[in-house]
Amino acid sequence: MSFLKLNNVSKFYGSTCVVANMSLAVEKGEFVSLLGPSGCGKTTTLQMIAGFTDVSSGQILLDGRDITHTKPNSRGLGIVFQSYALFPHMTVFDNVSFGLEMRRMPRREREQRVKAALVLVHLEQLAGRYPRELSGGQRQRVALGRALVIEPPVLLLDEPLSNLDAKLREEMQFELREIQRKVGTTTIMVTHDQTEAMSISDRVVVMEAGRVTQVDTPYQLYEQPRSRFISTFVGKANLLTGRVSATGVGAQVDLGHMTLDVDVQGLPLGADVALSLRPEKIRFVPAGQGQVDGVVTARFFLGSQWLYHLGTPAGELVVACQNGDTQPLQVDGHTGLAWAPGSLRVLAGLDAANPIGAAA
Amino acid sequence: MTATRTATPWVLSAPAVALFVCLLLVPLGLTAILSFNAFDHATGVKNEFTLAHYAAVLSDEYYYGIFWRTFWIAGLTTLICLAIGAPEAYVLSRMGNPWRSVFLLVVLAPLLVSVVVRAFGWSMLLGPQGVVNDILRGVGLEPMRILYTETAVVIALVHVMLPFMVIPVWTSLQKLDAGVENAALSLNASQFTALRRIVLPQVLPGVLSGSLIVFGLSASAFAIPGLLGGRRLKMVATVVYDEYLHELNWPLGATIALLLLLANLAVMLSYNRVVEGRYKKSLG
Repeated sequence: MSFLKLNNVSKFYGSTCVVANMSLAVEKGEFVSLLGPSGCGKTTTLQMIAGFTDVSSGQILLDGRDITHTKPNSRGLGIVFQSYALFPHMTVFDNVSFGLEMRRMPRREREQRVKAALVLVHLEQLAGRYPRELSGGQRQRVALGRALVIEPPVLLLDEPLSNLDAKLREEMQFELREIQRKVGTTTIMVTHDQTEAMSISDRVVVMEAGRVTQVDTPYQLYEQPRSRFISTFVGKANLLTGRVSATGVGAQVDLGHMTLDVDVQGLPLGADVALSLRPEKIRFVPAGQGQVDGVVTARFFLGSQWLYHLGTPAGELVVACQNGDTQPLQVDGHTGLAWAPGSLRVLAGLDAANPIGAAA
Repeated sequence: MTATRTATPWVLSAPAVALFVCLLLVPLGLTAILSFNAFDHATGVKNEFTLAHYAAVLSDEYYYGIFWRTFWIAGLTTLICLAIGAPEAYVLSRMGNPWRSVFLLVVLAPLLVSVVVRAFGWSMLLGPQGVVNDILRGVGLEPMRILYTETAVVIALVHVMLPFMVIPVWTSLQKLDAGVENAALSLNASQFTALRRIVLPQVLPGVLSGSLIVFGLSASAFAIPGLLGGRRLKMVATVVYDEYLHELNWPLGATIALLLLLANLAVMLSYNRVVEGRYKKSLG
């Protein structure tokens, strides 16, 4: 029995469908991210779990209890808002204490719990400050402390890091995960940032136009994207389109100017397919010794990595390689490109028209 | 270079300063001077310095009564405007378009009608043969004397002053992060607690400025007390009018006008001090 369960939840605004038949099962203690571009329905889903938006149809179960139409103030969930929504006229201490006060907890116990929560989010020194006297990262911590102090069964995070600058965001990602591990609260985070989703989640739910298109661990999601959209949205990918020209132990795909071997069985002969190849899976080999030869058309130095654009008979390919000890390739340089046959993924269909396995 | 730079702010604010000086400071100064001039019923204003008018006003129970009445009417009007206007602003801020625009117009509508017309409207409603008494008679109750009482003045003042309360409160509600109320709800607060503990403290600056405007305007209101309070129910502004135009005792009128200004200032500043001082730290 899953801890939090969404059964065919849909949301309509008039005749516009924002979330369609969303089903999801979250285990106790799990960290799940809802990932998707803006307008994909991820925030609406979170709002429905929180109770701020009505559910048009379907059911939300928390620990076996139906909370579909429960008021937000009796769900007891911890929520961190995108804007943090701190109470500006209250000190950090009072902000964190508010939820316990509403639960009519005796003062002594309340003070202890608030102090413990402030230690958890490293704010014990700033308890007497007002939110406007804090930096963005500190406000974020107050919001987190305020949501966690009530020991909620589920913690909901709405784009929690989107208002922080890049460096701070990275730090907070790890800290967020660290804190979540420590307290073990089941957590659902909404984000449009795929690196954020991948680096801190146990599972990622990819949403696209109101539908779930893939639910997987971050590694599986990256290695086995189910659709063209996911392969480009999650990380970078070279997309090659062609037609299956031969089948057997593996298959051959005709790309127009050349054919490639694919390590996949059961592809129908003559079908149009899309192939995805991650830039970091491609190795440089001497010309003529790889699957394809190419010419460097542009290169970008990213510090730890080089990013090359190469013109090949298969189309333009992007290759990422470590800035190691070997000399980098020059523009107009010729090279061979090689990859393990298994790195070439066949994507289901040319688009995400057929959502796969919504329920986990 | 530095000379022009220091002059720039003065030059830029010159038009506003000129307007302010000509239309406010000069008349106020003249009124102040007038209040120290002696007055004789036979010869009129004399060019002699005297404090007699101040002594006359400050030692006469009659004027104390009028000042007291003016301030309690203004205070009551402010309280009623607060009780109606603040919730009204909240409801308005929660409405969606087009209803919000429609109701905002309804709130502002009293400002679009001349105060004299409005006052006559109220006198028709509240008079002995007016609609209100007709209804009272209709349901078998004794008709009431409303017109030419404090009640009529307060009712009409509330009607006029309401927009001055709604607008500042509405403006500070607009600045409120919509998430904070949801945040309070998510922490198990009831809707009422969220309003009282989270929303209200944050719109307090709006409530404060709204009450100051309403109090100041009500305490110096002239047309409504004049038309709905009748000849015998005097407020300070109507007394000033009487002194100037009926008694022709301009210096005494000027004295009362200045005392009203000072009393009004004292009440408003201390109110501001008390409320702001209490919330200064938390509201920044």
